[in-house]
Amino acid sequence: MKPSDIAILIVDDEASIRNALTQWFEMDGYRVSSAEDANSALMKLQNGPWDIVMLDIKMPGIDGLELQRRIKKIDKDIITIIMTAFASVDTSIQGLKEGAFDYIVKPVDPDDMSHLIRNAVEQRRLYYENLKLKQHIEGFSLSDEINGESPAMKKVIEKIAEVSQTESTVIIKGENGTGKELIARAIHSNSNRRYFPMVTLNCGTYSEGLLESELFGHEKGAFPGALYRRQGRLEMADKGTLFLDEIGQIGEKMQKDLLRLIETRCFTRLGGDREIDVNFRIICATTHDLESAVQAGTFRKDLYYRLNVVTINVPPLRERKLDIPAIARAFIKRFAQAMNKNVIDITNDTLDHLLAYDWPGNVRELRNVIERAMVIAKGNLIELTDLSFFFPSAQTPADDSILSLEEVEKNHIQKVLELTHGNIVQAAGILKVSRLTLYNKIKKYKLKTFKGDMEA
Amino acid sequence: MAYIYILPIETGSTYWMEPLEKSIQRAFGYPIKKISRDISLEKAFDIKRSQYNSSQILLQIIHDPPKDAAKVLGIVNTDLFIPILTFVFGEAQLKGPGSLVSLHRLNNKFYGLPENGALLTERLIKESIHELGHNFGLVHCHDPKCVMRSSTYVEDIDSKSHDLCQRCRNTFIHEKRKA
Ligand SMILES: [Zn+2]
Ligand SMILES: [Zn+2]
Repeated sequence: MKPSDIAILIVDDEASIRNALTQWFEMDGYRVSSAEDANSALMKLQNGPWDIVMLDIKMPGIDGLELQRRIKKIDKDIITIIMTAFASVDTSIQGLKEGAFDYIVKPVDPDDMSHLIRNAVEQRRLYYENLKLKQHIEGFSLSDEINGESPAMKKVIEKIAEVSQTESTVIIKGENGTGKELIARAIHSNSNRRYFPMVTLNCGTYSEGLLESELFGHEKGAFPGALYRRQGRLEMADKGTLFLDEIGQIGEKMQKDLLRLIETRCFTRLGGDREIDVNFRIICATTHDLESAVQAGTFRKDLYYRLNVVTINVPPLRERKLDIPAIARAFIKRFAQAMNKNVIDITNDTLDHLLAYDWPGNVRELRNVIERAMVIAKGNLIELTDLSFFFPSAQTPADDSILSLEEVEKNHIQKVLELTHGNIVQAAGILKVSRLTLYNKIKKYKLKTFKGDMEA
Repeated sequence: MAYIYILPIETGSTYWMEPLEKSIQRAFGYPIKKISRDISLEKAFDIKRSQYNSSQILLQIIHDPPKDAAKVLGIVNTDLFIPILTFVFGEAQLKGPGSLVSLHRLNNKFYGLPENGALLTERLIKESIHELGHNFGLVHCHDPKCVMRSSTYVEDIDSKSHDLCQRCRNTFIHEKRKA
């Protein structure tokens, strides 16, 4: 921290004191300004960050003690130093009690003065350091979904902090609904690339040809229907982060193109021949087990190694049940605000049910459940009856049979399909899976889609 | 051609003048001229404090300076103060036209020690260069040997050199070019 990072405000009705102190602090390189009374001091305090205020205790109008009280109301962390013309210890002690850093009796020994200021600046430096540390840590808990006290989630948060400071490619592995995109966003917004965009491309939602043109863009006439030149997501992500969701779903051609892109850092638009340089960082996410895809030969080994520099494994919610109460409460707070409802908490037996459930849809499912319960809730607390749509047999929870993961997934998808009246787009949105994935699951479990066919 | 003017005010003996001139010229590269002018110390005397108001004297020094003056340095032998502090060794305004230094608290006699002309001269040189340094736009420096290090005790003055450190020298050259 340079002296010029510290701003000092001098408040004294005597011009000679203001001038002498201004000069003294300027010699040390601090930023200095002065005010002749409390009112103009308060005006200056509104208009900018100040670190240290030196204030005369005896001033016409609002006196120093009162001014200090008002300053502390604006910002309790500003350092105040009281100046008194005579040894009026009582008032000065009162000032200390009310939060003054120290007081000086005018005239003060130059050496005492320079020690006092050095200490005040040191205190301020520590304050800034703490603040930075706090912001640094808070930066990673941007959303409630990826917050948590469980050891599993703490490890994830630590990893986010670590990789944010690097340019490494990252693979985020986790089930649907675990908040992989939020983690990608946390990495991006804590990295040096944060002032540039993070562009998301869900590889599962496009056919290979479309995916290629989405990523690389195309020139006019590149293919039938390419009526205009179009910039791809890659160009939009210049200097920022490219987030490739469902990376496991890209085909052979795309895998080859992506590998080339990572190696050369340049590309050509479809139908074009100009090489375009681009500065990007890749973060990708997968629900698939890429290793077995590599072993099965459906995912290129060389690309896998390029991408898998850092792996973040996001635990499913059932493996961090410890976090469920806090996450549920955070959602309650969020929705209460959004819905303007006075719901403040959740009853213990409802919480017990949430804890007993295995959450195949993970945090996203928990969020949806809380959101619906909030709509239904009549009182200040979410009660078990508000969740009867979700726990229909909640009155007799004793004989819950233990289901396999597949059965739970099947039941859950069926439930969501009922909820959306068979609207695939909506259901895929709620489950945060691609339509393709949802179709595959529907086929696999032979689920009812409420419509004659599966075209969305 | 611009000069640094030295203006002794009721100092009595000026045996330190020649080494002072040489050192200042070496530090800042300006030739030196001496002047004498009517400065009223009496006007700056504060009866309650039995000390002289440094800012008041400095105001008189920088009033109507010679046309070819780069800076004016006044030297007194009285105890100086500014209202907020119990005393000062000297005073200068940042990028201002003039400086003031007092021999009073640089003299061993003030601390009850035997007089030492060579030591007094050395201290005067350091404080003069320090204050003129402020005039040339230099702020306090943390280099322990640099003359721009802030001194609140006379011991602090003795422990630093009378030279600008490399960083302060660069700043000085930069400021001079700007001016
Ligand atoms: Zn100084
Ligand atoms: Zn220096």
